[in-house]
Amino acid sequence: MVRKSPSGTEGQGLRERLAPPRRVPNAVKEHEDVRASRGHQGIVKGPSRSEVLGNRLGWTFVSPTLLIIALLFIAPIVLVFVMAATKWTLMGGQQDVNFPENFHKVFADPLLMDSAWFTLKYTFATTFIIMPIALGLAMLVQESRRWNNIIRTAILLPSALGIASSSLLFYALYSPQVGPLNSILAKLGLMEQNASLLGSPNGALWATVFLVVWRFSGYYMLLTMVGLQAIPPDVYEAAKIDGANRFQSFMNITLPLLKPTLAMTWIMSITGSLLAFDQFYVLTKGGPNNSTVTVVQLIYKYAFETKKDLGMAAALSVIVLVALVVINFFMLKSMGVNDEED
Amino acid sequence: MKNAKKSFYYLLTTLLILTFIAPLAWALYNSVAPNPGTAQTDGFGFANYSTLANYGSGIWTYIGNSLAVSVVAVLAVLIATTTGGYAFARYNFKGKNASFLLVLSVMMVPYAALLIPLIVWMKDINMQNSLIGVGIILALFQLPFGTFMMRNAFSGVPRELEEAAMVDGCGPFRAFWKVAVPAVRPALVSVGLLTFLFAWNDFMVSLYLLSSDKAPLPLAMVNMRQQVMGVIDYGVTTAGVVVLTIPAMILFLSLQKYYVKGFTSGAVKG
Repeated sequence: MVRKSPSGTEGQGLRERLAPPRRVPNAVKEHEDVRASRGHQGIVKGPSRSEVLGNRLGWTFVSPTLLIIALLFIAPIVLVFVMAATKWTLMGGQQDVNFPENFHKVFADPLLMDSAWFTLKYTFATTFIIMPIALGLAMLVQESRRWNNIIRTAILLPSALGIASSSLLFYALYSPQVGPLNSILAKLGLMEQNASLLGSPNGALWATVFLVVWRFSGYYMLLTMVGLQAIPPDVYEAAKIDGANRFQSFMNITLPLLKPTLAMTWIMSITGSLLAFDQFYVLTKGGPNNSTVTVVQLIYKYAFETKKDLGMAAALSVIVLVALVVINFFMLKSMGVNDEED
Repeated sequence: MKNAKKSFYYLLTTLLILTFIAPLAWALYNSVAPNPGTAQTDGFGFANYSTLANYGSGIWTYIGNSLAVSVVAVLAVLIATTTGGYAFARYNFKGKNASFLLVLSVMMVPYAALLIPLIVWMKDINMQNSLIGVGIILALFQLPFGTFMMRNAFSGVPRELEEAAMVDGCGPFRAFWKVAVPAVRPALVSVGLLTFLFAWNDFMVSLYLLSSDKAPLPLAMVNMRQQVMGVIDYGVTTAGVVVLTIPAMILFLSLQKYYVKGFTSGAVKG
């Protein structure tokens, strides 16, 4: 076996690979090289060589991932900060640097506060409705029984729909002409006959919340269930022997042991709702009277609808980006979720 | 007492099933039901579907666009997460932890905030209005979860398997491709299918980056509804929802076993 260079494994000739050495002395030598090239702490070879090889191979393997991230994640993040500091219109393209003009314009827009407030209200509503439902459902169907499996699948089905398609579906469901929900609500006296549910600010908000709860409950149920199943059953048995009733073991065992899972699902729901877009774009288009414009929708409006100003849209993007990173950071801290690395 | 409890359980769960299934069943029904003011005016039939089929440049164009975006996303995710996951599971290289954090940080950044610069940036790299571009952008958002899952999957494969292959004369790339990748097939399937669902259902990225002739099906459906403002054709809308939902639902149900497993392994590790 002739190795030309320390990095020989990469340039290993085809013939050598097709005709692997079987003789004992050669095989031993091959094994040493393999170990070295695998980046093991050198058992046979010196550590420096194996480190070099491990480094090179590691970087080679990780390069497709890093290429995508560099091109489509890092470059746009840098660019969004540049754009936020530049006059940049949809049609006219890049013009002069005008920091902090874009930010002034964004903060001067009364819609900013309205949309921020509405987004918070919506986030609060969805999260506080979905999370207890998800927990309840998970506890109801966590045991693996035939009937439970059917229920689980049924509850999970809406998760297969995209947000845009489920919004289209509910758009039809809510319609005064063909939708059954309208007449049901009218019969219950909750709204006037033939009035559009999406026509009033409150109606539009709750109609959207209902859609989102329908779409996401199953998904969060699944995540919660996984957490529930990770709790060892003997903890419950021990509590039972100590005379704890169901409520007590729920409060003292289930909730504390489920905390990491619950924290994760709350964060996911809060983050997701803060960035809501599709459902409002499809269901309400921000109406009536801009009462359901979310922050992300405002970015879209600045870019394509009202202002056609990418600089302003970029400035708002920067604000959203920074706000979300800060919010996520504090949520992770306060909820005591560990870093995802083991 | 016990009986009362049992019937309460069945009552409650039946109600739940109905609540979650009813909207879907209604869409299916409404798409074929007689419906004044839509294509399907008398009797049951598929008039809504034929209107839908002839909308714009024809529904097959939009389904084709959706498929193109989804296939690109799946391929990109599978290539990046298998190689990346393998690197993180097997090699110690300088900057490994920083790279892994970088991958996870994609999750921290709202993707709405990336889309504005991407409008400009895609033009700069000659990928404006491109289905491939949108596919790769969608792949980016699936990287954190996919890499994390593939890393865990590869960590579960004993090193000895590849070492044996290398003793037999495989190079590290062949050992990766011939030994390690086949060993993580379940994880590959679940990452691939979840990515497909995500890309198939995407609306926002294509709304920002694609013109209406390149629209994937969800965007085409929303455009279609807006074009006929005033007289909204609910029959065709629900038919569109059905067409969009059926492939997603088949995939979703068939891969249920995989992603439940995927979530479980994630939860145990996390």
